[in-house]
Amino acid sequence: MISLSSQFPILVALAPLMAAPFCALFRGNTLPWAMTTIISAFSFYVSLSLLFSVVASGPISYELGGWAPPWGIEYVVDPLSGFMLVLISGISTGVLLFARDSITKEVPAHQLGLFFAAYLLSLTGMLGICITGDAFNIFVFLEIMSLSSYALIAMGERTDRRALTAAFQYLIIGTVGATFYLTGVGLIYMMTGTLNIADIASRFPEIEGTRPILAGVGFIIVGICIKLALFPMHVWLPNSYTYAPNIITAFFAGTATKVSVYLLIRFIFTVFGPNYSFAGLGLTDVLMPLAILGFLSMSAVAIFQTNLKRLLAYSSVAQLGYMVLGIALASEAGLTASVVHIFNHAVVKTGLFLSVGCMFYVVGSTYLKDLQGVGRRMPLTTFGFALGGLGLIGVPLTPGFISKWYLVVAVLEKGSYFGYALVAALMVSSLLAVIYIWRVVEVAYFRPPPEGTETQEAPLSLLIPTWIFILGSFYFGIETSFNVGFAKTIASFLMGGA
Amino acid sequence: MSFGFFNYWVFIILLMIGLYTVMSRNNFVKKMIGLSLFQISVFLFYISMGKISGGTAPIVISGSLDTAEPIYSNPLPHVLILTAIVVGIATTALGLSLVVRIKESFGTIEEDDILEMEDGA
Repeated sequence: MISLSSQFPILVALAPLMAAPFCALFRGNTLPWAMTTIISAFSFYVSLSLLFSVVASGPISYELGGWAPPWGIEYVVDPLSGFMLVLISGISTGVLLFARDSITKEVPAHQLGLFFAAYLLSLTGMLGICITGDAFNIFVFLEIMSLSSYALIAMGERTDRRALTAAFQYLIIGTVGATFYLTGVGLIYMMTGTLNIADIASRFPEIEGTRPILAGVGFIIVGICIKLALFPMHVWLPNSYTYAPNIITAFFAGTATKVSVYLLIRFIFTVFGPNYSFAGLGLTDVLMPLAILGFLSMSAVAIFQTNLKRLLAYSSVAQLGYMVLGIALASEAGLTASVVHIFNHAVVKTGLFLSVGCMFYVVGSTYLKDLQGVGRRMPLTTFGFALGGLGLIGVPLTPGFISKWYLVVAVLEKGSYFGYALVAALMVSSLLAVIYIWRVVEVAYFRPPPEGTETQEAPLSLLIPTWIFILGSFYFGIETSFNVGFAKTIASFLMGGA
Repeated sequence: MSFGFFNYWVFIILLMIGLYTVMSRNNFVKKMIGLSLFQISVFLFYISMGKISGGTAPIVISGSLDTAEPIYSNPLPHVLILTAIVVGIATTALGLSLVVRIKESFGTIEEDDILEMEDGA
């Protein structure tokens, strides 16, 4: 008798995949939502127990169908992938608690079954990318995630028909990115004869100087950066996040781009190895200027937005710049900062988008001009937004402070004037964040609400999940042993010749 | 360049034609055509990679193994690309259905016209 827990690595992605077709058959408001939430919570539970067993007894390898790697597909849970699994399934579960009342306002009831089926598929893709140890399998999961997310974004058309063009634009750009990745994997397969990530990594030093590998690495890095929305390949992100249904925006802001950051870390540090990536290829010179330009320019652009969701979306692109900067520093401290920020930003941004979702539920719009005086109409929601905003800026006691602290420490390790200049750039970007958050706070608190509106708070079913994320972010900003502790373990695991 | 890399040249040329079409065309359906071409060129790349000169189909026929071992082509890339073809079909289907919805909603599938309408909205 095989114990169930030995099958956990496959179950974490298989459960949502198998549930999706059933979910598509369900009708009504409650049933599809309930099933999705239960499955997502199950994945969360499985991810947590996987992470604990990785911590206790080291990385887990699971052979799909009993075929030994490198011939069969291998699923690997190491500290990084376990951490990502917990993050993704946790965020998904939290967002789903919010979803029940929120989504009925945006998607017609007869489409809810299909909507949640696509949601489950998207979750499958994200979890699968993190857990698989096979380069081609990553492509398959990447496309599962992307195709379902195009459909989910287009579901926002009932609120604004621009959701359709946003989804189409994302489809074009996302497919180009995924196809680049596929080409890169093909070139690497040509040279190594294997698709297993650990196997590629072990053969990589022998062939790393060859031309096809150089091309393959280029294809893969560019492909991932498109999916990651690294400046200047970010154009799809603000549109998609603005017009997607609110829970989808909250879900993707916390997970989808983070998965791409995970892929970038995985390929740079595990597959290519830091030596080849940074000393041989000079990736720092490519990634760092883009990251810096990204967080400076996107923070500035965010100031001028009139739509709150779009403002937060541009801020997301800026925050992704911090994560890529951490990777580009090519040091253990930089990687730690990057992983800490993946976690912290996911929690904070999801909380922010959920509070925007509350405002949309009551006000029916996310344009700043319609949100005037919302602080008086919805005091709890707006206070939550303001607290989340502090986290985004990086005020002490918030998670944003922790990740910026580690980033500054990592940058200062570089020493010299270059390090100081980078710190200055980080400070400027934080100040820009103060401005764009302040603009929202000003509109919400210091403008009078329109005539004839009364105080009407969002229902508790929306407020409680929002506040879970907001309070959770403060918890992780003060008691940092989970996020920072894991980030340090992950960084030393990845840099330590693993 | 040597004729031996003919397939790979074709792959790169098709890839670039596809990418150029996606970027330069204004019409969403033409963009989808470019995107399909872009994806299909990668199929050609994978299929060419699996071919070994003089290699035959990788099917073991019982009884023939005691004679000289034949050279087989590598079947793995072909199998991989079956998956990628399915993904390509799904992408095309989803993209075209989005185009249909855009046409219903905006009344046009020309990007410039739509951008104009969006700015006005």
